[in-house]
Amino acid sequence: MIAELGHFALILAFVVALAQGIVPMVGAARGHGPSMKLADTAAVLQFLLVAGAFAALVHAYVTSDFSLVNVATNSHSQKPMLYKVTGVWGNHEGSLLLWALMLTLFGAMVALFGRNLPDGFRARALAVQGLVGVGFLAFMIFTSNPFARLDPAPLEGNGLNPILQDPGLAFHPPFLYAGYVGISIAFSFAVAALIEGRVPPSWARWVRPWTLAAWSMLTIGISGGSYWAYYELGWGGFWFWDPVENASLMPWLAATALLHSAIVVEKRDTLKSWTILLAILAFSLSLLGTFLVRSGVLTSVHAFASDPTRGFFILVFLLAVTGGALTLYAIRAPALKPGGLFQTVSREGSLVLNNLLLAVATATVLCGTLYPLILDELTGAKVTVGPPYYNLTFMPIMVPLILALGIGPLLPWKRGSLTSTLAKVKLAAALAVLGGIAIVLATTDAPVLAVVGFVLAFYLGGAVLIEFAQRVQLMKLGPMGALRRLFGLPRGAIGMTLAHFGMAVSVIGIAAATGFAQDHLGVMKVDDTVEIAGYRLTFRGVEDVPGPNYTATRGRFEVEGVGTMLPETRKFRAPPMETTEAAIHSTIVGDLYVVVGEKTGAGYATRIYWKPFVMWIWAGGIMMAFGGFVSLSDRRLRVGAPVRRAVAQAQPAE
Amino acid sequence: MNGKYRFLLAALPLAVVIGLSGFFYDRLGKDPGELPSVLIGKPVPEFTLPGLEDGAPGLASADLRSGTVTIVNVFASWCAPCRIEHPMLTALAKVPKIRLVGIAYKDKIEATRAFLGELGNPYALIGADVTGRVAIDWGVYGVPETYLVSPGGEIVWKHVGPLDETVIRGELLPRAEKLLK
Amino acid sequence: MKFLLRLSSPRRRPGPFAGRVPLSARDPGLRRDDARGWRALALATVLFLSAVPALAIGVDEPMADPAMEAKARDIARGLRCLVCQNQSIEDSNAPLAADLRHIVRERLAAGEDEAAIQKYLVDRYGEWVLMRPPFEPATYALWFGPAALLLTGVGVILWRRRHPATVPEAEALTAEERARLDRLLKDEDPA
Repeated sequence: MIAELGHFALILAFVVALAQGIVPMVGAARGHGPSMKLADTAAVLQFLLVAGAFAALVHAYVTSDFSLVNVATNSHSQKPMLYKVTGVWGNHEGSLLLWALMLTLFGAMVALFGRNLPDGFRARALAVQGLVGVGFLAFMIFTSNPFARLDPAPLEGNGLNPILQDPGLAFHPPFLYAGYVGISIAFSFAVAALIEGRVPPSWARWVRPWTLAAWSMLTIGISGGSYWAYYELGWGGFWFWDPVENASLMPWLAATALLHSAIVVEKRDTLKSWTILLAILAFSLSLLGTFLVRSGVLTSVHAFASDPTRGFFILVFLLAVTGGALTLYAIRAPALKPGGLFQTVSREGSLVLNNLLLAVATATVLCGTLYPLILDELTGAKVTVGPPYYNLTFMPIMVPLILALGIGPLLPWKRGSLTSTLAKVKLAAALAVLGGIAIVLATTDAPVLAVVGFVLAFYLGGAVLIEFAQRVQLMKLGPMGALRRLFGLPRGAIGMTLAHFGMAVSVIGIAAATGFAQDHLGVMKVDDTVEIAGYRLTFRGVEDVPGPNYTATRGRFEVEGVGTMLPETRKFRAPPMETTEAAIHSTIVGDLYVVVGEKTGAGYATRIYWKPFVMWIWAGGIMMAFGGFVSLSDRRLRVGAPVRRAVAQAQPAE
Repeated sequence: MNGKYRFLLAALPLAVVIGLSGFFYDRLGKDPGELPSVLIGKPVPEFTLPGLEDGAPGLASADLRSGTVTIVNVFASWCAPCRIEHPMLTALAKVPKIRLVGIAYKDKIEATRAFLGELGNPYALIGADVTGRVAIDWGVYGVPETYLVSPGGEIVWKHVGPLDETVIRGELLPRAEKLLK
Repeated sequence: MKFLLRLSSPRRRPGPFAGRVPLSARDPGLRRDDARGWRALALATVLFLSAVPALAIGVDEPMADPAMEAKARDIARGLRCLVCQNQSIEDSNAPLAADLRHIVRERLAAGEDEAAIQKYLVDRYGEWVLMRPPFEPATYALWFGPAALLLTGVGVILWRRRHPATVPEAEALTAEERARLDRLLKDEDPA
């Protein structure tokens, strides 16, 4: 019964979304107030309905209602409660419902908190948001109904893939999807601006908080996913350039570019056409990721993916959303009013460079992801585009990006002097080079890429601190005065500093963990001792330990100065699979990572890794996201400029 | 004067998206994970495998150059899809003028014997590839896989995954008939 | 037609309840569905893997010479695992990956270099096994694409700055430059 209510709520949400997509759009074109107002009500209602449907599915999972195909296929009565709930989005249909929930939540938030937006603009943006919702809900209702019944209902479900029975599932997908879908707001705002035919500087001010929120959550989602992979996969890898990862990286890169170009629009009233395009592309890349992951066109991770009907539906949806918006762009963009000029060496200039590099980086990832497909289609040749490709193409793009990132914030708007700015960062650059030399001298066989990474990170960290010191006038006012100034700083500036510094932190982690990792892979007998990175580990054997829905073989390692480390291999009953649970001792300078495997001869297969500074990768990611949230709390963004005159006419400004 | 030109530029992203969509449409339903064999059109790799019984004849590359059309099926007793395709092999074994031989991939000899004892042995010859090394020479990356070999010992066709009626009727038999002519 | 065929394949679509094919976990018979699940995790837009028994972790017999062993692992990192699709054989627990690692060590010990070992595998499985795509005419666009795009972008931006009034004739403009172009062309503000 509850499932039927959920299904019904989903269908109602579809109808509401349809109304939200059409009525306010027509109302805005005709200047009819009540029709425009409908957008707000519809957006909130649509969210409530989807939330109801979501609650119904959660209920079905929690009560193990195996008369639902989705529950029976993906859940099990013996599963711990946490994984019953998170299992809701651990499958195709449920994850789509989470997507829809996030989408409508963002729409409702625009309706509730977007009061500063002009009525016509808000009506149009919400209408576009409604149309996106129509596509998603239709996809679910017609091809992926999570409430489909099964008769007769089985007594027991198939269970959730054990790899997903992890707290990571509770956090990673919601953040990731919030990020993907949050970018839809930037998309809707861009389309609304194109319909109105003008992009005032205030547009950038409206779009930035939503983009920032989405970007921050996407950052957390990607970092979290990377960390999850790190501790779950059993060998300490954290990024694989897998198509699925690339699918999340591309919208992140595009959203990063968008955040920066929107600043130029806001401050200097220029770069509008490009910024609009970025907003459209960022969301399109989110949808492309969804398509790639669920349609089966890529060698990806899913068996369900080989459903061409679903693939076809998403493709049509993708084409309608992206194609529709880009058609509008092709018509309206040439007529957008251009803005003012600026010098190459200026804050704007550095942001243009940032955008160029990020755009090329996005294109590189896209190219690497799709190339095997395209080549196969054209010539039938099968090639692999693996990490070595990205190391040779993507990484070099990051070098100038980081160099520019160091000096960009130090440049004034409109016109700057390269020499005086470079003079400001010369200390950071010199220290970075010295640091690099020290690393080369202190280690043997230091990999070039890792050393370059360290130098760049030192330089960037230094440059960010120099910029910050200059902003709070540390030299002029002394520590106390600077502290007082710090509290007076706009939150946006603090957020930027945090985000940029987080980047430096992440780069250190990546460089260290990839370049200076150590490992010891081998068979260990009971009481064998291994030394790695200054730790002495003694293997004390294994014991079988029962878990809620698995049996674990738990290895015991005694580590001097640390204590006992207990890695496990878990054998799940439903479905019958094994997972490895590494024992990880995390410190600020690195992680000791221990895995125990199968019995081999007189001992056990063990893998012991030392991953220096690896936590910095995710600490940097969290710092970036935190910077985003700090910026989000900036008064200027929250209040927004009440530029009411920027509404009205649907004609492009000629 | 440059309005048209600028429109073309602004339409460029749209053109790219439409092009990509058309391309994706064409890809739908194709299996991106299926690897075509690079050995098609090449002679079978050189190998000699022992049989299941002591002293019984196994399988060697020379057997595949003996002038008959041969189907080489790579299987294992631990492989569930192999069990599913087994009736198809039994049917194939009855097709005249075509010889079906098997390579038991990474399987204990007793296990293979028990498997065939239970389901019946459709193979004219069986080679036991206990280490899986010969299979690597064949480019095998899982079981079951099936190869069609010409009378002269050239690999003509490869199928990955269990054989079913559609594959046998639509792909395997027409090719085999062509070889017989 | 082709996909219909596959849908009917019991390996792929075992019906709603065989979603997790109850095969033994060490069953390489699951082929492409097995260790790829590892990857799934890697970043789970994913979360929808089905038959993915994680394979038991073993360790290889290392080569006597640590330098050779390091070399072997380096080579293995550059070879793609056949059954897990997006993993190198070094990072995979699939039995076939272990066999291939064994072959790498064996051939290295026999004095072969990386190119020869790669050729051995390419001869059997195709260029697909190489993690690093080959450099040949068919992949020029892949390898030169990013640099070409970057240079075009930089070139056009600089060129537009020098010649703000000229009619735009450059062909391969990125949207970035296009935006700038728009502005320059439409600019009524003499500042």
